[in-house]
Amino acid sequence: MTVIFYLSAIIAVAATFLAITRTNAVHALLYLAVSLLAVAMVLFTLGAPFAAALEIVIYAGAIVVLFVFVVMMLNQGTATIRRERAYLTPSMWIVPGLLTLVLFAELVCVVAWVPEAAGAPAEAIGPKAVGMALFGPYAIAVEMASLLLLAGLIGAFHLGRRDEE
Amino acid sequence: MREIVFHLLVVVCVLGGTLSMAGALIWLERRLLALWQDRYGPNRVGPFGLFQPVADAIKIFTKEDWIPPFADRAVFVAAPAVIVVTVLMSFAVVPFAPGVWVADLNVGLLFLFGMSSLGAYSLILAGWASNNKYSLIGGLRAAAQTISYEVFMGLSLMGVVMLAGSFSLRAIVEAQQGVWFCVTQFPALVVFLIAGLAETHRLPFDMPEAESELVAGFHSEYSGMKFGMFFVGEYLAITLLSALATVLFFGGWLGPVLPPLVWFVLKTGALICGIILLRASLPRLRFDQLMSLGWKILLPVALLNIVVTGAIALLGK
Repeated sequence: MTVIFYLSAIIAVAATFLAITRTNAVHALLYLAVSLLAVAMVLFTLGAPFAAALEIVIYAGAIVVLFVFVVMMLNQGTATIRRERAYLTPSMWIVPGLLTLVLFAELVCVVAWVPEAAGAPAEAIGPKAVGMALFGPYAIAVEMASLLLLAGLIGAFHLGRRDEE
Repeated sequence: MREIVFHLLVVVCVLGGTLSMAGALIWLERRLLALWQDRYGPNRVGPFGLFQPVADAIKIFTKEDWIPPFADRAVFVAAPAVIVVTVLMSFAVVPFAPGVWVADLNVGLLFLFGMSSLGAYSLILAGWASNNKYSLIGGLRAAAQTISYEVFMGLSLMGVVMLAGSFSLRAIVEAQQGVWFCVTQFPALVVFLIAGLAETHRLPFDMPEAESELVAGFHSEYSGMKFGMFFVGEYLAITLLSALATVLFFGGWLGPVLPPLVWFVLKTGALICGIILLRASLPRLRFDQLMSLGWKILLPVALLNIVVTGAIALLGK
């Protein structure tokens, strides 16, 4: 399990890096999908099969597909790729690199000083336990998320409606 | 040691069985269509034309495998493999008989949803990578169709999950000892079959390829074995859909007298013939009809089914 964990973690990091640096939008999205699949593997090895399955169904299977859908409609040619290439100059990397370095240092500190945070749970947490937690102690968070989705739904309906006159 | 050997045997049998099933289905579909359309169909190669798929396979393997110069090479080559891999992966969680399965995941059903949604990439990427307007429209249709119908497919099965109390396909079959779910979950069965047909983009839902308007849709530019992969993928998907309907609604391996595996194969076979009959008898829908059928009829039916099933399950406790 540990070997699989580190292998998928490496794939996730590498795929994310490639997703950022690709100039072709569809290729970048494909690397993003690979990265999400690798994260699902990481969740699975950590003992969260339910979260892993939802990661694949919702992120890799629906949201990234929608991104690809939109990018396909935009029909970007070689001009966009050339512009993208111009964006990625070395000086562009300084500030984001520094910010990420700070985050990375924080992560290292957390892992080093709080050893319990890094360990995997003794056994896998099944779908039933996740459901009990979501509709028990976390019910308010679920309700708030559903309100947010409702607002989005109404907004989409309003934008997509034809004027009837 | 014996367990490992048994497991490997199951894996090899499932792989070989499903792939040869896809070959046999090509023959079966052509013969059945011919029967229902009052003509002969392929009957020249071997007895009853049984070796027709072999002849087809030899032809398709020896054809020129051409990649258009304007295509996005890497994605063009990868796209056909995606659909075959995702469908074959899905068979890993299907329980064929007691003890005969590759894996018994406690999130088995969610794994299936995941694989079927990843299968959508195959069509979309094929359409995009071909760099051809007909392929692109086919790919766009495939994206919209599979994303929407996945929603109804998932929702329709929640009633089954509620009654069985588990996402594991083995547990779902075992929960049908008394009454099959096709009786108690009839609306779910109808929604599931329609959504499943739309997911496998078979007639009457084959708008992504629609040869009368889009040449061959997302696979217009494909030839040789790459086209063959899409073809095999489609027949594998039909087998998967029938096997899933058997497991989820028709009691899987359960049945009197005959051994469990035989029951499973018989039920799956009957459903496959039903799907072929649908192709023989229904015309293709228009794309906007497909979308309004989904969002205006199937979605409310699936949601209502969940509410009613949930209420009855709560009262029964």
